[in-house]
Amino acid sequence: MWSILVKELRGFLSSLIAIIVIVVFLIANGLFLWIFKETNLLDNGYANMDPLFDLAPIIFIFLISAITMRSFSEEKKTGTFETLSTKPVTDLEIILGKYLAGLLIVVFSILPTLTYYYTIHTLAVPAGNIDTGAIWGSYIGLILLSAAYIAIGLFASVITDNQIVSFIVSMFLCFFFYTAFDYLGAFNVIKDNNFFIEWMGIDYHYRNISKGIIDTRDIVYFISFITLFIWLTKIIFNSRKW
Amino acid sequence: MDLSIQVEHLSKLYKQQKAIDDLNFNINSGEIVGFLGPNGAGKTTTMKILTGYIPPSSGKAFVNGLDVEENAIEVRKLIGYLPEHNPLYTDMYVKEYLEFVASIYKLSNKKQRVDDMIELTGLTLERHKKIGQLSKGYRQRVGLAQAIIHNPKVLILDEPTSGLDPNQIAEIRNLITNIGKEKTVLLSTHIMQEVEAMCTRVMIINKGVIVANGQPSELKHMFGASQAVQFTFNKALSPTQINALALKGKVSHLQDFTYLVQVSTEIEGLKSEVFKFAVEQDLILTEIKLIEQTLEEVFKTVTK
Repeated sequence: MWSILVKELRGFLSSLIAIIVIVVFLIANGLFLWIFKETNLLDNGYANMDPLFDLAPIIFIFLISAITMRSFSEEKKTGTFETLSTKPVTDLEIILGKYLAGLLIVVFSILPTLTYYYTIHTLAVPAGNIDTGAIWGSYIGLILLSAAYIAIGLFASVITDNQIVSFIVSMFLCFFFYTAFDYLGAFNVIKDNNFFIEWMGIDYHYRNISKGIIDTRDIVYFISFITLFIWLTKIIFNSRKW
Repeated sequence: MDLSIQVEHLSKLYKQQKAIDDLNFNINSGEIVGFLGPNGAGKTTTMKILTGYIPPSSGKAFVNGLDVEENAIEVRKLIGYLPEHNPLYTDMYVKEYLEFVASIYKLSNKKQRVDDMIELTGLTLERHKKIGQLSKGYRQRVGLAQAIIHNPKVLILDEPTSGLDPNQIAEIRNLITNIGKEKTVLLSTHIMQEVEAMCTRVMIINKGVIVANGQPSELKHMFGASQAVQFTFNKALSPTQINALALKGKVSHLQDFTYLVQVSTEIEGLKSEVFKFAVEQDLILTEIKLIEQTLEEVFKTVTK
């Protein structure tokens, strides 16, 4: 697993994907958080990081799909899938290696935003008057959310040997699971069960954790979600044996 | 002799189509076996099953006594595999790629093995290049290097020389022959000379069934038509002379003064008899050429 993790990380770095993802993520967030009129913190008047945590899930829909789209599609297209899967590694090791490599890149792109926390902490009146618990909760929520996106992205990559298809499927699924359930819930189709529909979406749990309340139910939701998609990935990974 | 590869009643169905049908063969350790057959005969399928990439529909395959399905990971450690078309990560550096493969096999002396492989396959000058920049011949060497880096007992090579120029073919062949001295090698190819040059045994497969299996010379003997010698005289033979010559074997007139004589017995006797015949008839033999039965003809006969 480690050798695959290292190989994937090297691949991300040498193909500049990692750098581009990190730079784009930071520029977009920086613009919305500090410069754009509607959303910037300085004019906003509240010492919190809400714009970042509202925006990051949307940006990640694109960026994470871009990170994961090649993981299996390219191996399938070039045939290296065959060399790799006839080496003495289990399928799960290959999948987890790729999964963790993607997660590391995302974590590295989130890390620099900690400087925002320090800035707001200092700017607040009086200094330090900031809801630290909510911010840490939001960071944990954001990492769990990206972890779920990466699992979706890997699944989208393993079903096709075409990177574009994989990218679009991944974006759609990420968007769907992130927020579509909220909208579906608003339709009021099954009357009293709207809550249940919203509960299925990622956003509901993400918002919960963002409040700074780490509830086991939300953690279990994310872990089950990730496990489900990794399991689906593993099933499709084996489809050549059907 | 211990068996390296055992295949028992192996079949593979793709949808309704049978790729291989009740295949049975054994390969002893130390053999270099050439796997021949027309395109789509089932060579690649057989190799993919042996390496555990796809499972058989029915039947069993063993490598060093281990079931390729049940002991998949153990078997993969024993096998060095070069798939068809030699897939490689084109954006990796040669050395980086080999180090990656070495780490997958969890080799203890990783650096040393990588350096050894680079030297053995003649990649020293190319080791800092990206694989995508290499010519086909060098890529093939990288493919071979990754297949032998963990010193496998069994090598499975799917068309290792396809698409190479004659010099490269000769180099890769030498490489395989050298490596193959202490290993069991199963290689598929379309080039008959290759099999004759390298292999101790030939298996010809057609439509998923093994149609010939044996040493190249044996096969030539078994499936070859008759042996033939081509004689050229100083002038055309008269009909009576041809009839006289026909007593010694089947005669066919090739061109001008050249005649082909085919016999089913051994050829040395024929040569001296035709020599005597020429002296008796006051003819001068200007050329004697042995027409060798080639594997190519065996191939054509059995895969028809």
